[in-house]
Amino acid sequence: MSKEALFSVRSLVKEFPVQKNLIDLLLAGRKRSVVHAVDDISFDIYKGEVLGLAGESGSGKSTTGRLLLRLIEPTDGIIEYRGRNLTAISSREMETLRAKLQIVFQDPNSSLSPRMSIGRAIGHPLRIHRMGNSGQRKDRVLELMEKIGLTPADFLYRKYPHQVSGGQAQRIVLARALVTGPEFIVADEPIAMADVSVRALILELMKQLKGEFDLTYLFITHDLATAKYLCDRIAIMYLGRIVEIGSRDELFSRPHHPYTQALLEAVPVPDPVQRRTEEMVHGEIPSAINPPAGCHFHPRCPHAMPRCSEGRPPLTEIAPRHFSACVLDS
Amino acid sequence: MSETMQQTAEPVLEIRNLSIDYPISIGTVGAVEKVSFDLYKGEALGLVGESGCGKSTLGLSILKLVRPPGKITGGQILYKGRDIVSMRDRQILKLRGQNIAMAFQNPLTSLNPLFRIDRQFLETIHQHEPGINKSEALKLAEAILEELGIEPSRLYEYPHQLSGGMRQRIMLGLGLIMNPDIIVADEPTTSLDVIVEAGFIDLLNRLRGRYNLSILLITHNLGLVAEIADRVAVMYAGKIVEIGGADKIFHDPLHPYTYGLINCVPNIRLDQEELVTMPGNPPDLVNPPAGCRFSPRCPKVMDICRVQEPELKAPAAVQGTGQLSDQTSGAGSDTARRVTACWLYQVKGAE
Repeated sequence: MSKEALFSVRSLVKEFPVQKNLIDLLLAGRKRSVVHAVDDISFDIYKGEVLGLAGESGSGKSTTGRLLLRLIEPTDGIIEYRGRNLTAISSREMETLRAKLQIVFQDPNSSLSPRMSIGRAIGHPLRIHRMGNSGQRKDRVLELMEKIGLTPADFLYRKYPHQVSGGQAQRIVLARALVTGPEFIVADEPIAMADVSVRALILELMKQLKGEFDLTYLFITHDLATAKYLCDRIAIMYLGRIVEIGSRDELFSRPHHPYTQALLEAVPVPDPVQRRTEEMVHGEIPSAINPPAGCHFHPRCPHAMPRCSEGRPPLTEIAPRHFSACVLDS
Repeated sequence: MSETMQQTAEPVLEIRNLSIDYPISIGTVGAVEKVSFDLYKGEALGLVGESGCGKSTLGLSILKLVRPPGKITGGQILYKGRDIVSMRDRQILKLRGQNIAMAFQNPLTSLNPLFRIDRQFLETIHQHEPGINKSEALKLAEAILEELGIEPSRLYEYPHQLSGGMRQRIMLGLGLIMNPDIIVADEPTTSLDVIVEAGFIDLLNRLRGRYNLSILLITHNLGLVAEIADRVAVMYAGKIVEIGGADKIFHDPLHPYTYGLINCVPNIRLDQEELVTMPGNPPDLVNPPAGCRFSPRCPKVMDICRVQEPELKAPAAVQGTGQLSDQTSGAGSDTARRVTACWLYQVKGAE
């Protein structure tokens, strides 16, 4: 794998203001409280790789995906794409770049307009980016539909979202993301809503498309088994921070951060012979409004020490290109 | 689990030829068609399948909770020999919670947001034991919370003050408070994060041993089934296609659909190069295909599959070896019996 960084993210921060009701305002005064959705994270995405972003709900992984494409504006930090700082360019420039940077969401049905035919939906980005004339656009859409397994393409072209199956809907969304010829796709839990057998089809398709179109993926998932199957490198997020990042082999054979270890142990294995031993981590992910001091994970950590609450442990390289943020490492 | 296998096979629930229909504008959806299986004392049976296969409808029918226009059109559900299908509403009310409890997918919609947890427990207890006084009832509730690993003081909070994992445990507690024999759990961990899910699985397995519960676990999550179930029943398009011990189902699936379902899931313990994929979609249940309902998607389809429907029975090949046939299986119990509805394992046209 080449080491050319497609994206370099540095000190990325996103805070969301908390909506307060009147009583809270009266009691607490005007103090503004925020959710630290993404709390100062840095990472690179290399050309041609699949970077997995994994964590429990509320860890900030979806927010990170959206920040990369500036679908939401970061509070602070730098997002460099091919050497250009995306946070500093105008929204018009950003729009032209979006032909190269696409996203696929979790629920294909809510990502498709019920009033737009399949062909029109897939071709929509071409119209937005003023690519080709209507004949060329139609050819492009039909060709892509064939490639992605939306067949018979002529027939499906005129159908509407309610007339297709869930698996087909997910393919339509993928086709729409690919139609402008992007090089980078954020896939935000693309299989979470799909049925078991459809999931496998979509995963295989994503693998095949990656090779065919020379794509780079940021694959956001809560399912580590899927991450292991598809990703080259994986970053584990917890309460807005990356606690561990490394290659798939490193991360799964030598998980370092206690949170990563807990996550890996918790994954149910589809094999009754390999049942889990009992879980050692208890409790749930705390609130991101008032996160615990120091390492966010220390209140649940089986190895917690007094100094864990003292400062944020930095991401430390514990093996080549394998980083972990735990006081045990520094 | 071997302990459950060695128990005498005493079914607490026998489903016999159960059919459930949903009439819709363009016809009738046969959501569940002539399904039969047993749930034995103390066992956990996983009912797996994809969405729309009828597993949730089947689960709801056990307490006669199928909503109109859905209707049980045939068959029996025998709880300790008594048929639930023909019971009056009053009798079923007694059964619910007391003998058979349900745990649903989303605890937030199953708990009343306006009432504190204690009130929800009291309501359940008084429904079944009107004579019990309040302090005794609260003691019961506190004891069960303790068992679930929740501080008893949480009893005096509202559902929104509790975390998702706690709400799910409390729902389980509400189900268990009257000491039922059976708990029907429909996707009980779908709304939970993986670490919380693991805790819930451990809890369920612990309580199960303690109360000798029979669990019907309805899910599409094969990891969850592998962690809990002793036996697995696989459903496809309203029919059961295979039943067997969990080890057998996962390691030596007979029916091609079972094989596809088990092997299309990423396994974190393996380095998989490729997943098994099953092209196509489940059939339209208004006009299901003739013969085996999986035949249009089946990689091993034969001519007979498209014409005649295979029966759910012990596979001929296995019977031939004499290892697993009805009489010689395991500890001589019915629980280890393996059945599948596939022509690959049956003498063609025997009937």
